[in-house]
Amino acid sequence: MDVFNAVIQVLDSTVRLSVPLLLACLAGLYSERAGIFDIGLEGKMLVGAFAGAAAASVFHSALLGLGMAILISVAFALVHGFASITHRGNQIVSGVAINFIAAGSTIILGQAWFQQGGRTPALGPGERFDAIVWPGADAVRNVPVIGPIYAELISGHSILVYLAFLMVPFTWWVLFRTRFGLRLRAVGENPAAVDTAGISVAWLRYRALICTGVLTGVAGAYLSMVQNGGFVKDMTAGKGYIALAALIFAKWKPVNAMFACLLFGFLDAAAIRLQGSPLPIIGKVPVQFMQALPYILTVILLAGFIGKAIPPRAGGVPYVKER
Amino acid sequence: MSTPYAKLPAWADYGLIPLINLLVAFIVAGFVVVLVGENPFRAAIILVEGAFGKGTGIAFTLFYATTFIFTGLSVAVAAHCGLFNIGTEGQAYIAGLGIAIVCLSFDTVLPWWLTFPLAIAASALVGALWALIPAYLQAKRGSHIVITTIMFNFIAASIMVYLLVGPLKPAASQAPQTRNFLAGAELPKLNWIIELFGAKIRSAPLNVTFLLALVMAFLVWLLIWRTRLGYEMRTYGHSPKAARYAGISETRIIITAMMISGALAGMMALNPVMGDQHNVAIDFVSGAGFVGIAVALMGRLHPIGIVLAAILFGMLYQGGAELAFEMPAISRDMIVIIQGLVILFAGALEHMFRPYVQALFASFNPRSVGMEAVKEKGA
Repeated sequence: MDVFNAVIQVLDSTVRLSVPLLLACLAGLYSERAGIFDIGLEGKMLVGAFAGAAAASVFHSALLGLGMAILISVAFALVHGFASITHRGNQIVSGVAINFIAAGSTIILGQAWFQQGGRTPALGPGERFDAIVWPGADAVRNVPVIGPIYAELISGHSILVYLAFLMVPFTWWVLFRTRFGLRLRAVGENPAAVDTAGISVAWLRYRALICTGVLTGVAGAYLSMVQNGGFVKDMTAGKGYIALAALIFAKWKPVNAMFACLLFGFLDAAAIRLQGSPLPIIGKVPVQFMQALPYILTVILLAGFIGKAIPPRAGGVPYVKER
Repeated sequence: MSTPYAKLPAWADYGLIPLINLLVAFIVAGFVVVLVGENPFRAAIILVEGAFGKGTGIAFTLFYATTFIFTGLSVAVAAHCGLFNIGTEGQAYIAGLGIAIVCLSFDTVLPWWLTFPLAIAASALVGALWALIPAYLQAKRGSHIVITTIMFNFIAASIMVYLLVGPLKPAASQAPQTRNFLAGAELPKLNWIIELFGAKIRSAPLNVTFLLALVMAFLVWLLIWRTRLGYEMRTYGHSPKAARYAGISETRIIITAMMISGALAGMMALNPVMGDQHNVAIDFVSGAGFVGIAVALMGRLHPIGIVLAAILFGMLYQGGAELAFEMPAISRDMIVIIQGLVILFAGALEHMFRPYVQALFASFNPRSVGMEAVKEKGA
């Protein structure tokens, strides 16, 4: 029974840890499918986290916080668009720039506005998204096997967790069952064809980036308003890059993205859980190895040893209309 | 675009446009200072005074510049070959391991002038090897170098943390770093050069690595513009197709360029490790690899430009420290914003102002931007 409870706990934290990855990964999916590389997921999450926590604590409203997180994150996405779509700049350079501006400005503004060493004030009740307890969760808690699964795994998360997982089928539907999705995928594969059909490549790509901004905003809000109850400097801590890795790992497909993020979330949860305690057979695994595993796996995948990851064909190439 | 797509005079291309981009980056940074509630002009004065006002300030500025010359050159060499090496940070970090091995083995037996060349070789070798794998994967397996080098940054960080809290840490110590190096691995300071000019220096870590950086800048210039290999790299960077047609081996050129880039990144570690801290500590690179991206872009991938841009960023680092002292609201993280803005305006948006500059030139002197040819065609 102890083992079972431990497994449930690890899975529960897997879900919690994979949510920001999943949101950021789906965010990246929209822009990369439209042919815009986005190294700046990390930075957009960070400004989202900061704006969310700051607005929530100033206006005492979680919803306003979420709104502000999305707004600021979209603004940063539009800067990326301005540089890489309108001015046909290098998308990777632009993404790197956004990450730096985000990292610096959240600390500077946080310190100037709240004077707590780059933190925002701790969020009180009503300023953060609380866990939703599903009906009957407490009643079934003691039922063996099903009880803990229902009470711990399924119930008791915040609304953003459910939203993140609902975004998976929604994104699939948008990409593969709507006209917008068809065009979005087309613009990532062959923008000239889309242009010939009389559709604006630039406007389509801008819309994809707005989707990206919205989702990274929610991802940031989750970090600072659900997981942590306040903004801490550099709180994304490379999650944007792991999400990027997950996106490649998922071969740019929404459902795969969910499984990739759950896998990387599980590795993280297991690393925290195992911290120093030896595993059967393998022996003691260094925490650092577990932390590096998502990156190692992605490199192996990229090298083509586990299937082949083929990015959208027009990815990273600015579209120049024939003149 | 209505403006003719024509060449600007070289001084405008290499001087004026980067200057405009830089100016815009600083104006936007000034707005951030205003948002924080301070006076941007006073901030700028404190910053420049802090960097160049006193001898100690100048020495610190050049110390930071040394680091950025290496990382800037590293990014530039790869960029000339059309490769974006975002892994400078990780290559420099892991090169600390090579330096640690050399210094911990020889600092008791050899004098610094024998340890130094060994450490240079070790840092360059380790840095180059860390760049080799992403390069090989790009050349042979087609995996995107940007993504693999990012992944390798994180893997390098994990390895270094593992080693520095474990095997490399002296048993008696709590801090995650190697033991302090002895005199045999401490590089001599260069502060006397500045003192020759009459300035007083209390203590500053400027050391002989600065000269090594300048030599490397010269060698990179030689490599890129005066050797066959450099020519091949630039050809590949301009057009991989043309390079292939000319019989240049894609695999060889990618791997060579990335290994040189990695070696330069690795040498960066010499400056803080052997010149200043005298140990290898966790996160000793602290973002210098990423500053290299800004430096390379601002220096327009030319060694002279890179040295100047590195001194500018050295000034920002040193002056920024003084600024944080005078204006507590502006911590050193302000530099990170400026760095981001410089990358944005000098890198991603480098062509934003070009049409305007071209139009301006055309209105003064049509011939200088090739307007004549356009008009003739029109007539």
